[in-house]
Amino acid sequence: MSALVLECRLPGMFTTVQDSGRWGYQGKGMPVAGAMDLHAFRLGNILAGNDENDAALEVTLLGPTLFVAEGEGIVAVTGADLGFQVNGRPAPLWAALAVKVGDTLSFSGPRSGCRAYLCFSGGIDVPVVMESRSTYTRALVGGFQGRALKKGDSVRCGEPLPLWRRCEGLVCPEGLRPAYSPDAPLRVVPGPQDDLFTDKGKETFYGSEYSVSNSADRMGYRLDGPEIEHAGGADIISDAVPLGAVQVPGHRQPIVMLADRQTTGGYAKIGVVCSVDIAALSQRLPGQKVRFQKISLDDALALAREEAGKRDEMRRLRALWRSAPKEVAPEAADEGAHPFRGEALIRVDGEEHRISWEEIREVE
Amino acid sequence: MEGKKYPRILTAGDGCVVAEFGDSIDMEINSRAAALGNAVMRLGFPGVLDAVPTYRSLAVYFDPVATDVKRLYSRLEDLCGKEGPAAGHEKRRTIVVPTLYGGEWGPDLDDVAEHTGFPAEEVIRRHSGRECYCYMLGFTPGFPYLGGMDPALETPRLKNPREVIPAGAVAIGGKQTGIYSIASPGGWRIIGRTPMRLFDPDRDPPIFLEAGMWIRFRPIDKAEFDEIEAASKEGGYRPEIFEEEVAPS
Repeated sequence: MSALVLECRLPGMFTTVQDSGRWGYQGKGMPVAGAMDLHAFRLGNILAGNDENDAALEVTLLGPTLFVAEGEGIVAVTGADLGFQVNGRPAPLWAALAVKVGDTLSFSGPRSGCRAYLCFSGGIDVPVVMESRSTYTRALVGGFQGRALKKGDSVRCGEPLPLWRRCEGLVCPEGLRPAYSPDAPLRVVPGPQDDLFTDKGKETFYGSEYSVSNSADRMGYRLDGPEIEHAGGADIISDAVPLGAVQVPGHRQPIVMLADRQTTGGYAKIGVVCSVDIAALSQRLPGQKVRFQKISLDDALALAREEAGKRDEMRRLRALWRSAPKEVAPEAADEGAHPFRGEALIRVDGEEHRISWEEIREVE
Repeated sequence: MEGKKYPRILTAGDGCVVAEFGDSIDMEINSRAAALGNAVMRLGFPGVLDAVPTYRSLAVYFDPVATDVKRLYSRLEDLCGKEGPAAGHEKRRTIVVPTLYGGEWGPDLDDVAEHTGFPAEEVIRRHSGRECYCYMLGFTPGFPYLGGMDPALETPRLKNPREVIPAGAVAIGGKQTGIYSIASPGGWRIIGRTPMRLFDPDRDPPIFLEAGMWIRFRPIDKAEFDEIEAASKEGGYRPEIFEEEVAPS
């Protein structure tokens, strides 16, 4: 038994190594980078038996084909539904699957969303650069040689935790996953420069429908829609650009700044998309609609706590989970004796898969 | 703008708060932001991820779940009132940036000469003739925002930005001058190139420059450019940095 080694047979559109980002170096001009959909990324890591911030592969629209060249372990795919397959057959998302040498992981094509996370037990083992394994491709920093994967790359995973096998079969219940509702507005906390917009400009911003333009990537999403009126000019003395900041340059169209955003910028920021809604935007594609809704900082913080609570719950499910190796699976005991059980319905390729789980207790 | 009181605390979403000290590019304001940044890092406030000083403000990044946000806001308000200009500014550190001006390395030097009415040699003399202050790093890893350039060299940005500017390009953007740290798009006027690597992830430290440093451009010829470039590639180039005592004003 050894750690997984993945051979990249097809790279997909843009597959990079990401973790929770490179924090502490923005003062030197180093962007944070990291997973765009942090909640999906972290849930994937929990499923794979990892620390929730371990490095994973972020897959964009067209997924890679990866051949397991060595080892065995767990893979959990979360985020967008890009048609995940194991050995050419549809495989469930949001579930911990055992894979071993000789298996092929691939994607048949996007169904919904934009970015998926391939989380492997042990995490992706690339060098740590400035305290992070995230790839920032513009400066060729971090990740796999600072770039997206190419055909022929050999990607190593770290040593999984000794009891990784216990995660097999673990599923993330639907209620703990991101919602991704395509019609839900993105919630925005006003500031830091909302005073540089007229009341009319703010009404336009919160009251109109925008659409994702073709210029939408890890750095930011440019949106198209009604013009937002500034009070005075659009330029400010360059200052820090937080994740989710909505910049409105002189062309009066909003730009939402995302993971690979520049650390500083000189355009007025009307508001900042709250952290839990970054994922929903990251999963939208050019042409899809975006609306904004104003909320208070306290409400945004409450949403962030609620989402973190879902990850706590997933960790609790993992801690209580005991995968039953098939040969020693005990017969289901008295139902009332199980304080914890659940069920999930997963649609793959038009077929519905019902997955259920329950705590297996040892009998003394 | 009327009626703005400084310092002020600005909400910047559920993961960032900004303390703003003024509305101008000014060394005293800038040093207060830097001093607050040091004070915040010293606090070791639970949940705080990063403190990023810019021209006139400090952005404090935090984890929305692990941070007592109300307490962080009130601590920042207290500290804003207390922090004076950063200590250590009595000793002034200057880094020398060797620069090959003009030709293919500075394709906009002639435009700057035409705009300012000086001959190209005079543009070089003035650009390298005084020290500029690094207010902050930003935009891309290791890109310095420099103030204090000779005002006679002020030249507007290109109307149509270039898609790729090479790493090391020394450029003028309005009143500011700066150095492109990695290949990136940009609209500043390129007047020269330094063979020094502002950003090298394989080097320790990856970034030499720091906010609060002074920068002196030194004109070099092609032979010296090649020599420094080769040494930089090998990781053997150490920039020249000197320190001077500065009398308190």
